[in-house]
Amino acid sequence: MSEITLRVNGETHTLDVDPSTPLLYVLRNDLGLRGPRFGCGLAQCGTCTVLMDGRAIRSCNRPVSRSTGEITTLEGLPEDGELHPVQQAWIDEQVPQCGYCQNGQILTAAALLSYSPSPSDDEIREGMNRVLCRCMTYYRIQSAVKRAAEAMAEGEDR
Amino acid sequence: MSGGRSVPKAVNDALARWGGTTSRRDFLKTSGLFVFGLSGAGAVGAGRWGYGTEPSGDESSEPASYPDPDFLQLDSWLVVHEDGSATFYVGKTDGGQGTGTATQQMMCDELDLAFDQATVVMGRTDMTVDQGGSGGSDAIERDAMVGRRIAAEARRVLLEMASERFGVPVEGLSVSEGVISLRDDPGRTVTYGELIGGRRFDVALTGGNINATTGVASIKPVQDLKLVGQSIPRYDIPGKVDASLEWAVDVRLPGMVHARHVRPPFAGATLVGIDESSVRDVPGFIRVVSEGNYVAVVCEREEQAIEAAERLVVEWEKPATAPFPASDHLFDYMRGAERVPGSGGRGAAQTQGDPDGALASAATVVEAAYDIPFHGHTAIGPAHALADPSDGQMTIYTNDMKPYSHRTGIAEFLGMDPEQVRVIWMEGPQLYGRTAADDAGFEAAYLARELGRPVRVQWMRHEETAWDTKGPAFAIDLRGGLDADGNVVALDYQGRIANYAHVGYNQARTVLIAQLMGFRPERPSPGGARGPDEMYYIPNRRQETRAVRFPLAFETPLRTGNLRDPNGPQTTFAGESFIDELAAAAGADPVEFRLRLLRGATDDDEAFRRARSIAVVEAAAEAYGWDARPSPGTVGSGRVLTGRGIAYAYRARTTIAVIAEVEVDRETGRVWVRRMVCAHDCGLVINPDSLESTIQGNLLHGISRTLYEEVRFDGEKVTSVDWRTHPTLTHMDTPERIDVVMVNGDPNPDRPDLRPYGAGEPSHRPVPAAVANAIYDATGVRMRRLPLRPERVLEELGAAGL
Repeated sequence: MSEITLRVNGETHTLDVDPSTPLLYVLRNDLGLRGPRFGCGLAQCGTCTVLMDGRAIRSCNRPVSRSTGEITTLEGLPEDGELHPVQQAWIDEQVPQCGYCQNGQILTAAALLSYSPSPSDDEIREGMNRVLCRCMTYYRIQSAVKRAAEAMAEGEDR
Repeated sequence: MSGGRSVPKAVNDALARWGGTTSRRDFLKTSGLFVFGLSGAGAVGAGRWGYGTEPSGDESSEPASYPDPDFLQLDSWLVVHEDGSATFYVGKTDGGQGTGTATQQMMCDELDLAFDQATVVMGRTDMTVDQGGSGGSDAIERDAMVGRRIAAEARRVLLEMASERFGVPVEGLSVSEGVISLRDDPGRTVTYGELIGGRRFDVALTGGNINATTGVASIKPVQDLKLVGQSIPRYDIPGKVDASLEWAVDVRLPGMVHARHVRPPFAGATLVGIDESSVRDVPGFIRVVSEGNYVAVVCEREEQAIEAAERLVVEWEKPATAPFPASDHLFDYMRGAERVPGSGGRGAAQTQGDPDGALASAATVVEAAYDIPFHGHTAIGPAHALADPSDGQMTIYTNDMKPYSHRTGIAEFLGMDPEQVRVIWMEGPQLYGRTAADDAGFEAAYLARELGRPVRVQWMRHEETAWDTKGPAFAIDLRGGLDADGNVVALDYQGRIANYAHVGYNQARTVLIAQLMGFRPERPSPGGARGPDEMYYIPNRRQETRAVRFPLAFETPLRTGNLRDPNGPQTTFAGESFIDELAAAAGADPVEFRLRLLRGATDDDEAFRRARSIAVVEAAAEAYGWDARPSPGTVGSGRVLTGRGIAYAYRARTTIAVIAEVEVDRETGRVWVRRMVCAHDCGLVINPDSLESTIQGNLLHGISRTLYEEVRFDGEKVTSVDWRTHPTLTHMDTPERIDVVMVNGDPNPDRPDLRPYGAGEPSHRPVPAAVANAIYDATGVRMRRLPLRPERVLEELGAAGL
């Protein structure tokens, strides 16, 4: 065990854990967060996604000692009490079925739109491709990404 | 307690709480066992309470007890609170298809409440009547219809109470959104909350079984329903988007520890010994638990348990006989294996007319063999459960879709009184059938009893993919005869299914832990399947399906259990591909050919299945813009070939036709389903948007099973263990356009008793055949073995000289 400092959703946490512990278990079991979930432990499915310094990363096999950036989980995505436009688009398009993977879908979409604000259909497919959904909500996800992109563009025009 | 023998204690508590007679603080004080979860419970709607409900025993005396809610008491189903809102107790679970929201719509409609004046509690064995949980696409067709009758009865009782209060006959009253008013004096009103809020109805219901439960009130004619038919947003979605919903995977209890498993590395292996010293230095290590061939490691923290399970040195002995053939030889094995006598279940063998005679005299005979591999549920989140053994009771937190059999199965397995066991269903990864969620709950409960502490179990990815139950493989041989005019005169369907020792749901002797400990059912279920479900008129036909068995029937990672629309996609792949082969042999357009077969007879059944089959085939063709011509089309010379194919089926009383449009890249072998049309008739539609979402999921899951999914194994173990070795559909593979056409092909769709039929699974089954038929249309090459990964497509195209 050793002392680890994490920045999560704007707060600093100091924890006494083995530095090789995957970030996922610290977020879930020590910080009580529900957004990132265990899917494969192999960084293949995206269910455990968090944002680190704005980039979507997989928390299931990243040691907590290498998680030194500013981490944002699904819980931390809303700003000033308002859902992120991607979250709102997910509700408007009624995207989730079981919803287990949607943490990774939403955060990956948010990261995608932050560096590619008006992606083409192909860019959405490619940008989202490594996040799996076994309810196969992909069709609605892709619609929701477009809707969110439009909402964010309108928001900037205002 | 007055009235019924067993209105759930929790319901009485709820009434008391809502009535203000028990403060939240008192509630917390008496709860004893549970100190969490109350806040999370509010995530999906005000008034929804969480997991902190106390059992009926108090801390000092008897063990906790959770008697069955009595389904013949109105109060077990429905509570009206002082503010006029209602809680509905539904013994079902919602796997993300929106059955909770739809049930709420139906019950609010009967009760004359606005949608957001009610909440639904689902799948808690101590609080909701035993409607069996999910399965069979029956939540709306059967169980929510019971809910409608209960809500109608509550409305009747409330109107009578108002009638008495005002001294006006019921006919002189009207009701809207929980407010009853006098027709002649609309200013005089009384609310449901004022009439009964916080108190019990004490009304007995009748019915010989739970599905027949009813009061004396009639349900409303369809034309009077206001919420039914509206696309009301699902109540569970906001909490799934902002991470506020507490799932089974999220529950944490004080003193909880974590377990992980070590599974036999070879199917049928016997445990020889465990070297516990290999893990004693793992921080947080508590114990290795093993019995028979079942091995688990328990640690304080989750990542410690994972590490300990990886490091534990276990010696295994391989079985003397290979447990099963390698997947490369599966279909040869199945065709050569003896068919288990008497297997196949109801409808396994049916004959009409003289198929052999008609084939012998047919102008053209077509023969084909179809192969479908084992498929996994392969949930995105591996199986998990948390079991709490405190105070002589056992509480299991799970996403298992059948909490009631989970409870009785676990009670039987542990030798506990079922009243000492309760199962709390919470949201989780998808529930498409008999998943390893069944197994994980038994494992958690067993370990919790062994440790005397709450134990949380989660399977790792390799376990989930390799050891979850499988949808069975099929080898299907078909022969068909055409007369000189291209009419189908005979059809012979011979199926073999690898479904011996089918595990059923939550059976105390077939769950994985029981099998590994050496328990065996008295008689293995032989498993089986009918042939494809269609309404074609073919005068001479035979359908027969029998099970074949592998050397290893138990403790096998190829144990079979229900997977979404069990057997439907497999049998329909063969049946509807073969109809397409016959259409091609007859030089007929595939749509026209099917319509001719559907119109061959003129009689129909009580659900108008023949008329509704014609309706969906016609609607799909129209929505797609189908141009009538035989398949294949002109096979182009370019790199990418395009084509379209149709398949049709019914499941129970729901009819479906699916058209797929594909692109086949003949250099890479990649198939992309560019467009899909689904015409769908499930009778009365409760929530169109939610239904469309469910259908979209069915279609895409069907494409995934067609193009990618296959459980692979060598002669000793399953080798599909992760998302690389078990690929699934991705964003890149998603169609660019999906059209869902909701049809109501009832010849009299305006009848007042128009019913909803099941919609959770039916649209899954035509997909593989529609895709394969489209590939044939594009290339002229018939794909008869799934999956159609690029390497197989290239191989088939190459064999055909393309």
